[in-house]
Amino acid sequence: MIELFYWEGCPSHPEAKALLEQVLAELGRDDRIVMTEVKSDEEAERLRFPGSPTIRVDGNDVDREGAKSRPALTCRIYYLPDGRVSPVPSRGQLEAALR
Amino acid sequence: MSIDLGTEAPFFELPGVDGFDHSLDEYGDAKLLVLVQSCNHCPYVLAWEDRLIAIAQDYAHEGVRVVGINSNDVANYPEDSFEEMKKRATKRDFSFDYLFDEDQSLAHALGAEYTPEVFLFDEERKLRYHGAIDDSRDETTVTNSYLRDAIDALLAGDEPPVTETEAIGCTVKWKS
Repeated sequence: MIELFYWEGCPSHPEAKALLEQVLAELGRDDRIVMTEVKSDEEAERLRFPGSPTIRVDGNDVDREGAKSRPALTCRIYYLPDGRVSPVPSRGQLEAALR
Repeated sequence: MSIDLGTEAPFFELPGVDGFDHSLDEYGDAKLLVLVQSCNHCPYVLAWEDRLIAIAQDYAHEGVRVVGINSNDVANYPEDSFEEMKKRATKRDFSFDYLFDEDQSLAHALGAEYTPEVFLFDEERKLRYHGAIDDSRDETTVTNSYLRDAIDALLAGDEPPVTETEAIGCTVKWKS
């Protein structure tokens, strides 16, 4: 099961969804992405949502280090392989999680 | 909604991470003043951070002052506290003043909505460019350097080629 949790206050989830769809297609997979909007601090706490977007494959976060951040309605920070900061996971993180 | 082009820069006097208060008047000698709504925790701010540092450095000798402003609600976003601002500025060796707008008055006066969001004022402190630093958070795919182009134009006595763009980033975190 592939889940994408997002918060509307951050503009990155459409880009993350598009990247996720691209990687799924390249891997020849047609999984449905279950989109879940997180609307409150309480929901963020309950869903262990460390920021938008959060992508889980079979319950496992595609960035396990980043998943340890405190739950919050915020834009999530990801790190690209070259060390740069990004508001969405890297293609490599998604590929690794989906393989 | 942000202030209109041509609007005068709002007055401010805010504490900086350098331990001093900084006011609009203090930047009176600057040819151009760039106020950047910013913060610590936003990945969009961090993605553009190197470019902002470079702009502040590249234009300092031409009388352009860049000032970062953090107005976020630190109760809900403790990563943006004044102490964390100081740590961030030291760690990244900021080439610009980084001010704490704790009561959010400057953000309200500017009508700021996002981080990062740029307000470029000319020598008369009239707003001449507002919006994004450039057109891509990924520095490898930038095709339009809006802020640099606007600064270059104003320094040359010309009109900025683009005066308003959409700032893409995190929302300013208002106090409830």
